[in-house]
Amino acid sequence: MRFIRRNLLGLIAILVLVYLFIPIAVVAILSFNNPTGKFNLAWTQFSTDAWTNLCGVPGVCSSFVTSIQIGIIATIVATALGTMIAFALVRYRFRGRSTTNLLIFLPMATPEVVMGSSLLALFLNLRFPLGQWTVVIAHIMFIISFVVVTVKARLQGLDPRLEEAARDLYANPRATFRYVTLPLVTPGIAGAALLGFSLSFDDFIISYFNAGTLVTFPIFIWGAAQRGIPVQVNALATLVFIIALLIVLGSQLVNYRRRRKLMSV
Amino acid sequence: MAGALRQVEDLHLVNLTKKFGDAAAVDDLTLTIAAGSFFALLGASGCGKTTTLRMVAGLEDPTAGTISIGAKDITNLRAFQRPVNTVFQSYALFPHLDIFENVAFGLRRRGIKDVKTPVNQMLELVELSAMARRKPTQLSGGQQQRVAVARALINEPDVLLLDEPLGALDLKLRRQMQIELKRIQNEVGTTFVHVTHDQEEAMTMADTVAIMNAGRIEQMGNPATIYELPKTVFVANFLGQSNLITGAAQGRSGDDILVSAHGQTYVVPAARSTAPGVAVIVGVRPEKITVLDAVDGHRAPDAHNKIAGRVTDVSYAGVSTQYLVRTPWDQELTVFEQNVIVGDRCSVGDEVLLHWATEHTFGLDGAQDVHAGVLPEVLDLEATASALESRGA
Repeated sequence: MRFIRRNLLGLIAILVLVYLFIPIAVVAILSFNNPTGKFNLAWTQFSTDAWTNLCGVPGVCSSFVTSIQIGIIATIVATALGTMIAFALVRYRFRGRSTTNLLIFLPMATPEVVMGSSLLALFLNLRFPLGQWTVVIAHIMFIISFVVVTVKARLQGLDPRLEEAARDLYANPRATFRYVTLPLVTPGIAGAALLGFSLSFDDFIISYFNAGTLVTFPIFIWGAAQRGIPVQVNALATLVFIIALLIVLGSQLVNYRRRRKLMSV
Repeated sequence: MAGALRQVEDLHLVNLTKKFGDAAAVDDLTLTIAAGSFFALLGASGCGKTTTLRMVAGLEDPTAGTISIGAKDITNLRAFQRPVNTVFQSYALFPHLDIFENVAFGLRRRGIKDVKTPVNQMLELVELSAMARRKPTQLSGGQQQRVAVARALINEPDVLLLDEPLGALDLKLRRQMQIELKRIQNEVGTTFVHVTHDQEEAMTMADTVAIMNAGRIEQMGNPATIYELPKTVFVANFLGQSNLITGAAQGRSGDDILVSAHGQTYVVPAARSTAPGVAVIVGVRPEKITVLDAVDGHRAPDAHNKIAGRVTDVSYAGVSTQYLVRTPWDQELTVFEQNVIVGDRCSVGDEVLLHWATEHTFGLDGAQDVHAGVLPEVLDLEATASALESRGA
């Protein structure tokens, strides 16, 4: 009894973490499965086939590459535009500023089904051919909001005296931006870009409406789910998860090393 | 340092005014700060001292007036074009750069290629050579403060502006840094303009102190001169403490003005009075007063000003003892006495005679509010104390 009372908080924390990670663990474990039927649902036999033959199923790898391409293009454009919008909103007082602030939130609040279908209607009316570019345009549109919100938060937290100090130390406006403002806002911009990429990569609803015959990774999985998802999908999903994990761990390690080095000086 | 050999020129502020909306933060300020001096702008928060500093730095545009260094008008130069550098209140060190790069920042922006030698020299001056590769957050408050000074001074500015640079430090470190800053100023010979609300800091560090109130300078001069002879009630109360008694001039006797207050006559040297009319406030600093037990009252020199009263509080503070003495007209006077007396001190309830030499007396214009310059917190405290007292009685 006493033991439970003392460690209750820790126990609950562990249970919550388990709850969060069980789905990921299941996906990862099943990537080593060798299912008997079409559906990769029950464990039958250990196999590394999916990992050694990642592109073994037609369409898996091409859809994966398509999604990554779309993610990169959409992220770059949305991050550039969103960062500029954030600067304008934080730094300048202009007519329509508060309206803009509000409108920026709209894409986040709009249900994806509504946004996807209305975008489709727009493209059809404009006779814009559906495909990679319509998906990219749609992604840029909803990523921008997230970029603006993230970068804005970082900018608002920036001590205005740092820029004053730069001006005081002979930095003209361009140098102030280049050597003080930008480096200090970069973590916010990088965070926004990572968030934007992951949003683009796993978006299904909006992409599905506007893709035409294009198959992105989520659309491929959706289609495959009707007939049985190939094990390669589990392997690719696990791979993405591992890469993301490595990026986070890597940056932590670099920070830790740097701190250690400084302490020993 | 090369700075000591450089020709530095006076800083002139002429009719400088800054308005925020209708309120004037700085009101028609005209001031010359001598080259190479350590100048302090002293005042309560909101008196316009920081705004003045920011205008000199170029971070704030004046509404009217000019700023010049020597004959060169810098009013319309941008901050990065002025030969002026600032030590900011919270230091504003660049968190993404290490100490070396923070100090080198100004040199690099001016396109100077060899920064290594001057930066190392400067770090040596502020005794931080070992910290060159650390980030600002890894330094203590006092070290950060020294980096801020080094970062500004390395540019050999004509004027170094210090905006409450010691405000964030604890008392002991602050005293140390005061001495340190003074040493650095002596070494480099640059004009230092120091903004502070700490009167002790201003007095110990500066050659010249200007006391600011409501966007104007109340009094300016050598700290000792201002302290010994305040010219306004604000200065008398803000710089140190003063006992002020409201009275009326009765006439003259030689070089002295005779002022009567509460049925008694006080002698104020005419040269030490700024009162233009009949209404005069008689002032004396607490440490100039001697306390005598009432029975020894005859020992007070005849020529001295005297007040009889009763001790209401005694606080012993090591070097001195502070007495509060209530006068017959219910005013509380403060007296500081050096603890050099052997034997009994006066205690609460004793009838005493206060006396002081007439040459320590000063006269102020009686049209002013006697509480001008007293911190609002102190006034509140006094009001509460007297309210409690009247309830007890």
